[in-house]
Amino acid sequence: MQKLIYIAKRLVKAVFVLLAIVVLNFFLIRAAPGDPAQVMAGEAGAADEIFIAQLREEFGLDEPLHVQLWIYVSDIVTLDMGYSYRQDEPVAKLVFERLPATLLLTGTAFVLSILLGVLLGALAAARVGKWTDSLITVVALVFYATPLFWIALMAILLFSVKLGWLPGFGMFSVGADYTGFAAVLDVLQHLILPAATLGLFFMAIYARLTRASMLEVMDMDFVKTARAKGVAPARITRIHVLRNAILPVITLAGIQAGQLVGGAVLTETVFAWPGIGRLMFDALLQRDYNLLLGVFFVSSAMVILFNLVTDVVYTLVDPRIELK
Amino acid sequence: MLRRICTLAAVAAATALATPAMAQTSGGTMNVVIQPEPPGLMLGITQNGPTQMVAGNIYESLLRYDTELNPMPSLAESWEVNEDGTVYTFKLKDGVTWHDGEPFSAADVVFSADVFLRETHPRLRVSLQHVETIEALDDRTVQFTLKQPFGPFLGIFEVGTMPMVPKHIYEGTDFKNNPMNATPIGTGPFKFAEWEKGSYIRLVKNEDYHVEGQPYLDEIYWHVIPDAASRSVAYETGKVDVLPGGSVENFDVQRLVDLENSCVTGKGWEYFAPHAWLWVNNREGPMADKRFRQAIMYALDREFAKEVIWNGLGQVPTGPVSSKTRFYTDDVRQYPHDPEKAKELLAEMGYDGTPIRLLPLPYGETWQRWAEAVRQNLQEAGIAVEMVATDVAGWNQKLAEWDYDLAFTYLYQYGDPALGVARTYLSSNIAKGSQWNNVEGYVNEEVDRLFNEAAVAFPDSARQELYTEVQQILVEEVPVAWLLEIEFPTIHRCDVKDLVDTAIGVNDGFRNAWLDR
Repeated sequence: MQKLIYIAKRLVKAVFVLLAIVVLNFFLIRAAPGDPAQVMAGEAGAADEIFIAQLREEFGLDEPLHVQLWIYVSDIVTLDMGYSYRQDEPVAKLVFERLPATLLLTGTAFVLSILLGVLLGALAAARVGKWTDSLITVVALVFYATPLFWIALMAILLFSVKLGWLPGFGMFSVGADYTGFAAVLDVLQHLILPAATLGLFFMAIYARLTRASMLEVMDMDFVKTARAKGVAPARITRIHVLRNAILPVITLAGIQAGQLVGGAVLTETVFAWPGIGRLMFDALLQRDYNLLLGVFFVSSAMVILFNLVTDVVYTLVDPRIELK
Repeated sequence: MLRRICTLAAVAAATALATPAMAQTSGGTMNVVIQPEPPGLMLGITQNGPTQMVAGNIYESLLRYDTELNPMPSLAESWEVNEDGTVYTFKLKDGVTWHDGEPFSAADVVFSADVFLRETHPRLRVSLQHVETIEALDDRTVQFTLKQPFGPFLGIFEVGTMPMVPKHIYEGTDFKNNPMNATPIGTGPFKFAEWEKGSYIRLVKNEDYHVEGQPYLDEIYWHVIPDAASRSVAYETGKVDVLPGGSVENFDVQRLVDLENSCVTGKGWEYFAPHAWLWVNNREGPMADKRFRQAIMYALDREFAKEVIWNGLGQVPTGPVSSKTRFYTDDVRQYPHDPEKAKELLAEMGYDGTPIRLLPLPYGETWQRWAEAVRQNLQEAGIAVEMVATDVAGWNQKLAEWDYDLAFTYLYQYGDPALGVARTYLSSNIAKGSQWNNVEGYVNEEVDRLFNEAAVAFPDSARQELYTEVQQILVEEVPVAWLLEIEFPTIHRCDVKDLVDTAIGVNDGFRNAWLDR
């Protein structure tokens, strides 16, 4: 019961936080130079003042700023994210069209990176100082330190250009019209490179985090006690150490989960993955205010939600933690 | 008394020249890169580059242009002009239908030019100010009556300038919000099929196309690939057959051309004649002095930029008018690369070393490198330069607000100085808020007079005289520093035939293209 009240309180607070974020974002993107009318006129290659004025009026940019803000906020409280004039479609439609592709990519990378990362981290910690540990540490460091887009390009060069094993861009074979199992397989093939690229980076973080956290726990008295009792080393690692060392990993996973919806701009761009990150990046360059605010809104809502979920998960993993 | 400008026989000869005598094979799918993803495909409403590149297959206009800018028939099969160049009469092709099966007629032409495009098309709107009336004489005859002769008139029937839009769909509707904009209907060789946003656009063959036996291709896929390096890879791995101009970075061009079965052409830009220059803010600082602007011209090693940054494609311009555009003259002052001469001019005017700001065009690595080369040139001549970093929206705003010293740009010329050149130098065109007018703030009454007279002078010989004079003045005064007549390389598989055969290249649609596989 106490838990439920806590969650309800957090949700109420979240609404206000979200509203504050919306207002902040609204001003933030308008602080960037240029506006959507100017960008569209620029692309047309020729435009007179009438044309730009027409666009501004059409987009509602001729209203004073506070009126624009009021209109936007009163729409957003009814969950209406407005209209993208540039794409000529409602923002909600654009965002939810792109969401599945992004979730597939970031979700796969998420699961992959946690599983592999924790496994490698635990392995390294269990064999600290041995060559396995050194190898894992070096690999993790390399993937952590190398820029994502470079890994992406190199992966394309190797697996797509040189070896020809995997498709280098897109989410499915355009024009192949696969159905059923063949279509799933096709998407999976396209998924491997981007998911691996994105996953490797997070895997490296999880591995380093798990290792460090486990090493810290290993020195604690209760581990010594367990060892003295004669508990098998594998069981100590699994039950005593890992479970106690996993909290920071959950914290990070919570953060990453919050970003699932925000997409992965670099990965999506390099691999031409039709996800939300690209939608946001294009909207940013084109100053497509409503669309950009819409993506921000959905992703900040997700971040807030997953923060809450993380806190609840803490109590499941470690019953000593209470929600108040 | 009407004078026949163009007879069907002449047309037949022109068409024969454009089409090589090879047996075309029908069928096949073409994969092309499109970058960036267009905001819409309704060419009457959106006129940016990627929109035209795709929609040039869907829509058509009355005329097309060969690489010498001579008009060729398209939806008009012949045309006549009266003695004093004020009445143009077009005979439309018989048996043309819209993609939804409705017949195309003179009423559509009148609606497109006089109603629809006058409202939505800023560039055409300016040209149509010279037109008094547009009338349908019968179902297949349209007459344009001009207020006075307008030299470039026959040049405004290019598909991106005057696309024909269906009257039966748009009449009486709110054009910009018509739901049919999402599924464009034209008369062109290909029909719109589907658009998977963020992935691809698919066009399919128009089986009822008005040119017998054409088009040859069954379908076209336009792939949206946002990263330049990934676009190169897409071509390298055979996923796409054509990289339209500007879709990969210039330093990748040679590598891609060296691949097996890979060809490159700089043709297909003659109508647009993209002309690159440095805006020079004539209003303030040292830039207000003519000698400073001349010094910039001498300081620039424009041959180097062409050879190294643009792989030798294009041509160093002699002045404001591209050599591809009508009424060009090279009988003007020349500015070879001469840093010493630049230094002399700077010393003579007493330039005190005030640093000037250089705004590159944020269109990718090629333009960044070009800006670095220019900075180095200017520094060698003793001009202190600061680079300003910005994105596209910021670049637009800085130009529109005149907040720059030197800035890169390139503009299209649309075949005639009255359409694409005069706008940059007329003092009546100085206004904040647009990046396509006289952004540099150059004022010269003589230049104004010459441009204004040349636009309406008749016949062409009279126009040439005026344009020669204005070019000589401008090149002497250097209101902006001309850099390059750009030819964006179109890279394609060599077995893609007849891809680029008119003055607007791949923007003209793939009506003649076929696969030799």
